[in-house]
Amino acid sequence: MQSFIDGLIASGVFGGLPAEAIYPAMMFLFASIVVFGFVLPLVTITIWLERRVWSRIQSRVGPNRVGPQGVLQGLADGVKNILKEDVVPDAADRPLFVFAPYLLVWGFLATFVVIPFSSALVIADLNVGILYIVAIVALSAVGVLMAGWASNNKWSLLGGIRSAAQVVSYEIPAGLALLPVVLLTGTLSTQGIIQAQGWAPWDWFLFHSPFTFIAAFAFYISALAETNRTPFDIPEAESELVAGFATEYSGFRFALFFLAEWGSLYVTGAIMAVLFLGGWQIPTGWTNNTVVLNIAQLTVFFLKAYFWVFLAMWIRATLPRIRVDQMMSLCWKYLVPLGFVNLVGTAVWMVIWPEGNTFVPYLMVVGTLALLVIFFRRVLYHLRRAKPELYFNPAI
Amino acid sequence: MDFVTFFALAIPLVVVAVMVIAHPSPVYSALFLVMTLFLLAVYFLFLNAHMVAALQIIVYAGAIMVLFLFVIMLLNLQSDTLRTQRHGLGRVAIIGGVILLAELGLLLQGSSSELAESSLPENFGTVEALGSQLFTKYLLPFEITGILLLVAVVGAVVLAKR
Repeated sequence: MQSFIDGLIASGVFGGLPAEAIYPAMMFLFASIVVFGFVLPLVTITIWLERRVWSRIQSRVGPNRVGPQGVLQGLADGVKNILKEDVVPDAADRPLFVFAPYLLVWGFLATFVVIPFSSALVIADLNVGILYIVAIVALSAVGVLMAGWASNNKWSLLGGIRSAAQVVSYEIPAGLALLPVVLLTGTLSTQGIIQAQGWAPWDWFLFHSPFTFIAAFAFYISALAETNRTPFDIPEAESELVAGFATEYSGFRFALFFLAEWGSLYVTGAIMAVLFLGGWQIPTGWTNNTVVLNIAQLTVFFLKAYFWVFLAMWIRATLPRIRVDQMMSLCWKYLVPLGFVNLVGTAVWMVIWPEGNTFVPYLMVVGTLALLVIFFRRVLYHLRRAKPELYFNPAI
Repeated sequence: MDFVTFFALAIPLVVVAVMVIAHPSPVYSALFLVMTLFLLAVYFLFLNAHMVAALQIIVYAGAIMVLFLFVIMLLNLQSDTLRTQRHGLGRVAIIGGVILLAELGLLLQGSSSELAESSLPENFGTVEALGSQLFTKYLLPFEITGILLLVAVVGAVVLAKR
């Protein structure tokens, strides 16, 4: 990134402008391109996909009017939200009320800095990569609290406080669950973690040992809780708190909350892909073209990330919301002790097999595949007895 | 860290730090403290201490300040209730401030401006460098801090069980 701008400066594109002025301007330009050309379409498509997946799970059709298969539904929703009146309640604390949604959106946009989409496509390969993401997620909890308090409304305040308690609690199992991977690689950099894995499933950290396998799902559950997803969406529980911290928001600011929620859903999937599914790793040697290689890596990364996104949609469409006390006991009584067991277990594993056990990863891959086969056979059995004309007709 | 960067960061940092104690509303004070800690983390970034910057945000701006805000919002502290209370802490604060200034003056006497310009080791501020320092040279303080935190956690559990 910096070398690219240095090259542009050396070639004299900017004339005699000082480098200190060019760097911020170029960073601003690139950030705008990334936000409007990549993140916004990504989030709108994720929202559309979520609504379509829910619909299929609930035997409905879902949004299919705007654009082919309703792909542009997010765009239509965005336009509708921007055109609506932006109400700031009289009793609200105006500066904080106005600022809070931007803080949340910043929180998920900033995590895109360290996500490696391919071997070359990463904005900054920070030495503290994974810790940086943890830090940003922790900061965005302030945004939710701010929104809840500034609305000056009991439901909003309760929603904000619940969310803060949830994020602060689930940071600990999430941090403990990514420590086994850090132990195995000896680095916190996202590119370093991916380079320590391979393209084949038995080279992924998901199947490295039973401990990393459990850690992957502990991290996924914690990440769902941190992003306020069902079954942990108690900060905005409709049946108890109207809409939680977003109750008083309308128009564009309400849309920003949605942007942040689905954006961080994708970020969760991407982090899971980086930590446990080998990120952009693909078999090498079949092409010498760097562009083709990077596009293939990008595709693989997106597929892996969207697998976890799809899983979150599936969970949201099937599981009911859990209670506050259940959420807290799940975190402190089950996930945190499990995290410590995983940490110590991985350390012992590394002492016994410094190069990794050669047999266990294959066994775990085969076991997982067998489970998936049994599962899909059962799903197919039920599909044949349901309404195949709905499920197998993508044109509805 | 050059002159322009230093003041571009230092002036907002001092302003928000003053706002922490100057603002009448407790919630705003806490939010200004979050901003102060965040700007301090940016300082650490410019000083090549990436690990310290990340930890600063996770521990202070993320966890501790969220709990501060949590308590302030839960108790719904109003701005006027705190104004009337005075504990005579001002005098203690003045004495503490004078001592701090004297210490800083003594420290600055011993150092020279060339010290900051001296070259850093290759892996300065990285996780690896910090970790090896913590587990070799500073092992005893590190372990004592760990025991101190453990005692605090046990104490909190005991108090909560009463």
